[in-house]
Amino acid sequence: MAATALKEQLNGLVNSMFAEGLLDEQFQQLQMLQDGSNPGFVAEVVTLFCEDSERILTELTKLMDQALVDYSKVDAYVHQLKGSSSSVGAQNVKLACIQFRQFCEENNKEGCVRALNVVKHEYYRLRSKFETMLQLESRIQAYENKQQN
Amino acid sequence: MTVEERKGSMGREGAPKDQFPVGMRVLAVDDDPTCLKLLEILLRRCQYQVTTTNQAIMALKMLRENKDKFDLVISDVHMPDMDGFKLLELVGLEMDLPVIMLSANGETKTVMKGITHGACDYLLKPVRIEELRNIWQHVVRRRKFDHRDHNNYDNAGDSEKPQCANSEGGQGHIPSESSDYGGKLNRKRKEQNEDEEDDGQENMHENGDSSTQKKPRVVWSVELHRKFVAAVNQLGIDKAVPKRILDLMNVENLTRENVASHLQKYRLYLKRLSAVASQQANMVAAFGGRDHSYLPMGPLDGYGNFHTLAASGQLPALSSFQANGVLSGTNPAGYGLREFAASRIVQPGHSHGNTSNPINDLGKLQRINLPGSQHGNLLQGMPTTLEVDQLQQHKTMQDANIHLSGGFSGTGLTTGSSSNSFVNVTNNSFVSQAHQQHMQSKVLGNHSSVGMPSVTSDPFSVSVGGASHVPNLGRCNDTWQGDVPLIGHASNSFHHDDLANMGANVPVGLHIDSNPLNISSSNVVAAPLHNPVTGGDVQCQASSFGGNMMLMPSALDGDSKFLNFGNAGISKQKLKEPNRDHIREPNLVFNSYLNSPLSVPTQKCKIDNSTTNIQLTHKEESILETSKSQGGFYSSGCSFDDLVNSMIKPERDDIAFMDNDIGCDFYPLGACI
Repeated sequence: MAATALKEQLNGLVNSMFAEGLLDEQFQQLQMLQDGSNPGFVAEVVTLFCEDSERILTELTKLMDQALVDYSKVDAYVHQLKGSSSSVGAQNVKLACIQFRQFCEENNKEGCVRALNVVKHEYYRLRSKFETMLQLESRIQAYENKQQN
Repeated sequence: MTVEERKGSMGREGAPKDQFPVGMRVLAVDDDPTCLKLLEILLRRCQYQVTTTNQAIMALKMLRENKDKFDLVISDVHMPDMDGFKLLELVGLEMDLPVIMLSANGETKTVMKGITHGACDYLLKPVRIEELRNIWQHVVRRRKFDHRDHNNYDNAGDSEKPQCANSEGGQGHIPSESSDYGGKLNRKRKEQNEDEEDDGQENMHENGDSSTQKKPRVVWSVELHRKFVAAVNQLGIDKAVPKRILDLMNVENLTRENVASHLQKYRLYLKRLSAVASQQANMVAAFGGRDHSYLPMGPLDGYGNFHTLAASGQLPALSSFQANGVLSGTNPAGYGLREFAASRIVQPGHSHGNTSNPINDLGKLQRINLPGSQHGNLLQGMPTTLEVDQLQQHKTMQDANIHLSGGFSGTGLTTGSSSNSFVNVTNNSFVSQAHQQHMQSKVLGNHSSVGMPSVTSDPFSVSVGGASHVPNLGRCNDTWQGDVPLIGHASNSFHHDDLANMGANVPVGLHIDSNPLNISSSNVVAAPLHNPVTGGDVQCQASSFGGNMMLMPSALDGDSKFLNFGNAGISKQKLKEPNRDHIREPNLVFNSYLNSPLSVPTQKCKIDNSTTNIQLTHKEESILETSKSQGGFYSSGCSFDDLVNSMIKPERDDIAFMDNDIGCDFYPLGACI
C-alpha cells in the first residue's frame, strides 16, 4: 500500500501539471506508450528532454549575451527547443518558445532576453516537477518489483 | 550518434517483407534526442523495424552502404550537419527511397519546399502515432509506380504474378495488395540491382532470395548520364523511351530497367524544377520575393550554394543538371558554367514546361554521380568532371544545338557550352546559339538551368533547369559591358513551371517568346548581352528560362555571386540604367537569390533594353516579372499578366536591389539584351 499511496501522489502531481498547463495531451500519448515492453519510456524521454533543453538554454544564454546577437542561430535553437518540448508535451515551454521566436523574427533584443527568461522559468518549473514525478515512479517501480519478488 | 542497428528478429530476408507493412524498415534521422527517441518508440509501436541516427551524414552512409537496407526514411528538417532538404534530395536521387519530412515548423512555404524537394510526406511535430501508422503507403506507392514504369518496358506485368505468389509469406495486414507489393518490391529491387537482367522474369521466382541478395545498383556516372541525356535529347524528351535510349547509349550491362528508372527520375527532376520556378514566381508575387528561405528552388536550398550555382562551382547541382544536358543531349553545360564546365544547360525548353522536369531529374541524376557528395555541395565533385565536359561541350554544344532544336521546341540551347552561351534559346533561333556560347562562359555557368528556355515562339519553356543557375548573372556583369541586366525571360514560359525551376530566381519576365532573345532565360548572364544580342536576339540570354533567368553576364567567372539563376542576375546597378522603362518587362533581373554571393553588384548583367534584345519588351505583357526588385522569385507559374503587373510596378528605379542579399532582386531590366 505504500505503492498505492505513491501512485496516488503521482497521479495527483501529473494531473496538476495538466491543469496548470505545464503538460498537454502529447504527454498523455507518451504515457500510453509506456507499457510492459517499454517500462521506462516516459522516464527516458523526459530525461532526454531535460538534458537537451539545458544544453540549448545554455547556448541561448551565451548567444544572447553577445553584443551583436545572431538571431538566426538563436532562432534555430529556439526552434529545436520548441520541437522537443512539443514532442514531450511540455506545453508552457513550447508556448514560451513560440513567443521567443516572434521576438527573434523581429530582431528585438530586449524582447528576446525577456522571452528567454520566460522559457527558462517555465522550463525549470517543469523540470522540478518532472524530477518529483520520476522519483515517484521509480519508487513505485521498486515497490512493485519487490512485491513481485 | 546513436545508431541502433535494426533489432530484431526479422532480418531483411523473410518475414518482414511478406508481412508488409509489418517489419517495414525505417531509418529515422533527427538531431533532437527527445524527438528521435519518441519517434523510435512510436515506430516500434507500429511494428516497423527502426534504425535511428541523429546525424544526417551517418544516415547517408548507412543508406549508401546498402541501398536495400531500408524501405523508408524519416528525417527532420533542421539538422546541424546537413539540411534536411538536402538529405531528402540526395536520398531521392541516389536511393530512390521515399522520404518523409518531419518538423516543428509547419509553415506552408516550408512544407512546400519539402514537397518540391521530393518528400512524399511532411509531418509536423509532435508526431502522432496515427500518422505513422500509415506511412507505409508511401513505400507501396513508390514501388507500384516504379514497377509500372518498368513494366511498360518489360514484358508487361506477367512477372508480377509469380511474384505475388512468392511473396505471399505472412501477409497479414494487407491481404492481396501486400503480396503484390511485396512482390513488386522484390522485383523492383532486383531490377534496380541487376545490371544484366533485362526482364525481371527470372528473378521473380526468386523473390525470397532476390531481396536478400545485394545486387549492385547501377551508378549513373557523369559519363553515363551524359550519354543518357544525349540520347534523350536526340530522341526528344517526349519520345524518349527507355529502349531507344538504351540503344542509343550503347552501354554494356545497362538494362532497360535501369534506364527507365533513371528516366523517370530525370523527368521528375525537370518537373520539379519547373514547379519550383512557378512556385517561386508565385511566392515572389505574394511576398515580394523576400523570402529566400523559401526558395523553392529545390536544389538550392538544401544545398545552399549548391543550387545557386553560383559560379563558384557550387552549382554542382545545376551543373549536374546541366551536365545531364537534359536537353541538349550533349552536355550543354556550356552555359557559362564556368564552374561547371560541364554544366550542360538543361534545356529548359523541353518545350513546354517540361523542361523543368528534366532539369530536376538531371540535377538529381547528377547528384548521384557525385561521389560522396558531402553535405554541402554535392556536386562539388562534379565540377571537375564538368570541366572536362566543358571542353567537350563546346563541341557538343554545337551538336547539342542541333539536337536541341529537334528535341525541344525551339528551345534555345541550353547547351551550356562552357562558354556559357547560355543560350536559352528560346526560340529556335537560339539554337544557333552556339555563338551564344561565347557569350560568356560565365553565363549560365551555373545554370544548368536549362536555360534554354525554349522559347519558341510561345512561351518559353523556360529553361527550367535554370533554377539553379542563375549564378551567371553575377557573371554577366563582368562581361557585360553594358551591364545588361538580364532579365528574366519573361517568356511565355512563365507559366511554365520553369520559372519555378529556376530556383527561385525569378524568371525574368522576359517573355521571350518569339524573341529569340529569350534571353530571358538564356543566360543573360553572359555578359555582353549587348554584344551578342544584337537586336532582338539576346544572346545573352538572360537565362530566362522559362523562368529561370540566368543571370547572365555578370562576371561569370567564378562569381558565384550570381547565382541568380533566375533570370536576371542583373546587377542591380545597372538596372537602373537601361531603359528600364521599356523594360518593364523583363527588366527585372532577378539576382541570384542565392546566397549572398549573389550580390550582384558586379554582375549586373544588363540587358540592353533598347535593343531589341529583348523582344521581350514588347512582350511585356507576356513578360512577367521583374517586378519587384526584391528578391521576389518569380516562378514561371505566374501568369504573364501578373508578371507584367508586378513588373510594371517596381520597374524603374525603384527596384531595389538587394545587395548582397540573398534574396532575389529583381532588377528591371531595362535593357533587354
